[in-house]
Amino acid sequence: MKYAYFPGCSLDSTGIEFGTSIKLVSKKLGIELEEIPDWNCCGASSAHLTDHMLSLALPARNLALAEKAGLGDVAVPCAACFIRSKAASEAAKNSPEMKEKISKIIEMDFKAEKEVISFLDLLGKKVGLDKIKAQVTRPLNGLKVASYYGCLLVRPPKIAKSDDNEDPMVMDNVIEALGGEPVTWAYKTECCGAGHVVAKPDVGRKMIHDIVHNAKINGAEAIATACPLCMLNLDMRQKQINAKMGTDLQIPIYYFSELMALTFGDSAKEVGLHRHFVPAEGQMEEVFGRARGEEA
Amino acid sequence: MEEMELSGAATANKEAIKEVQEKAGVKITDCYQCGKCSAGCPVAFAMDKTPRQIIRLLQLGMLDEALKSKTIWLCATCQMCSTRCPRDVDLATLMETLRQLAKKKGLVAERNINLFHDIFNFNVKTFGRSPEVLLSALYNFGSGRILQDMGSVPHLFLSGKAHVIPGRVKDRAAVKRIYEKCLEGRD
Repeated sequence: MKYAYFPGCSLDSTGIEFGTSIKLVSKKLGIELEEIPDWNCCGASSAHLTDHMLSLALPARNLALAEKAGLGDVAVPCAACFIRSKAASEAAKNSPEMKEKISKIIEMDFKAEKEVISFLDLLGKKVGLDKIKAQVTRPLNGLKVASYYGCLLVRPPKIAKSDDNEDPMVMDNVIEALGGEPVTWAYKTECCGAGHVVAKPDVGRKMIHDIVHNAKINGAEAIATACPLCMLNLDMRQKQINAKMGTDLQIPIYYFSELMALTFGDSAKEVGLHRHFVPAEGQMEEVFGRARGEEA
Repeated sequence: MEEMELSGAATANKEAIKEVQEKAGVKITDCYQCGKCSAGCPVAFAMDKTPRQIIRLLQLGMLDEALKSKTIWLCATCQMCSTRCPRDVDLATLMETLRQLAKKKGLVAERNINLFHDIFNFNVKTFGRSPEVLLSALYNFGSGRILQDMGSVPHLFLSGKAHVIPGRVKDRAAVKRIYEKCLEGRD
């Protein structure tokens, strides 16, 4: 399987573990990734909050660059990059007028013939659970994982065309394939607040707290995510939340691809667990040390 | 709340509200005020007007009240409202449209949120990408919260998650031109 790869701005910085784990599992699953040459920022929230055409043109440039380089469908890790790229692609596919308008702005001939897919869907659906199960050399031994999708992987449904937007199961199914126990909980697709935790900290912190708290009260030992900003928010902010809100949250957060890589046999060091804010190596050691079928 | 002459407001703002609807692709008369948007909104707890109330204000012709709200700035554009609306009203896009109009009119109820996005856009226009360290640094400086999140800085750098030198697009002039074309004639 060959895909054009659009990493997005955070994949070599705050989202570094996502990039690392994606590359590790892609190798094992036979997915060839070729990075789009000289890609630019998709615009994230800031572009679409500012101007509609800007929000389509920025990601369209990347898609046009991929076309120019003769690359195929575009695989996107970050949820925001994914939905913005898909929005540009769908807008152009649905209207030749819009395709023309975008092409003029980006000064490139945008054909919009290829598909845009999130890594969650690429790995969880396209590659499929059987192939994933076949790669597992050390299962998660019943680790209770809350799958956190966030808002942009499944909404707006007409653009994302992903899983059910109220109760998606792609990530849950992957967790199960890895030997984990998916947790039923209420905040699967609740927004983490994205940049609010920076520009309006009290509001952002509460939004993040409520998500982690709901996972906790539903028995989660860990939370899996598929978005670098969700990961950063849930992982980096627990300490601050505890300090400001008097709580005691200590739940390790992982990219679902990290869990894949670890169960496929890659070490914690290779995957980069030491980069996490909430310590996770201890949990993984304990999980892999659990005897098969026994309760923790 | 001060007294208001509703029919006057409705008449005065009729054209402006019609424009907002066209731009957002929304018909505000579709909304029958069921409140599902407010119920599902993850930021409603912090808003001065709930999502439902914003569209109600427009139905009543009270455009300025909507533009002055914190709501349109606090909206996280998570699309929960638009997705759950039984009448298919794209409230998320309506919020964005109101926000853009408010900014144009100088009505910025949440200064820091506006600042954050201005800096993000400036960075992308300049470098072609969004360098997170620069975004945080400029935001902290611009908002006067110099020490915000400083506690996380050591780990961010030690773990390789932060880089001082921003990544750049070779053809960043192309990205700059995209910004200029889309935003020409604006601030």
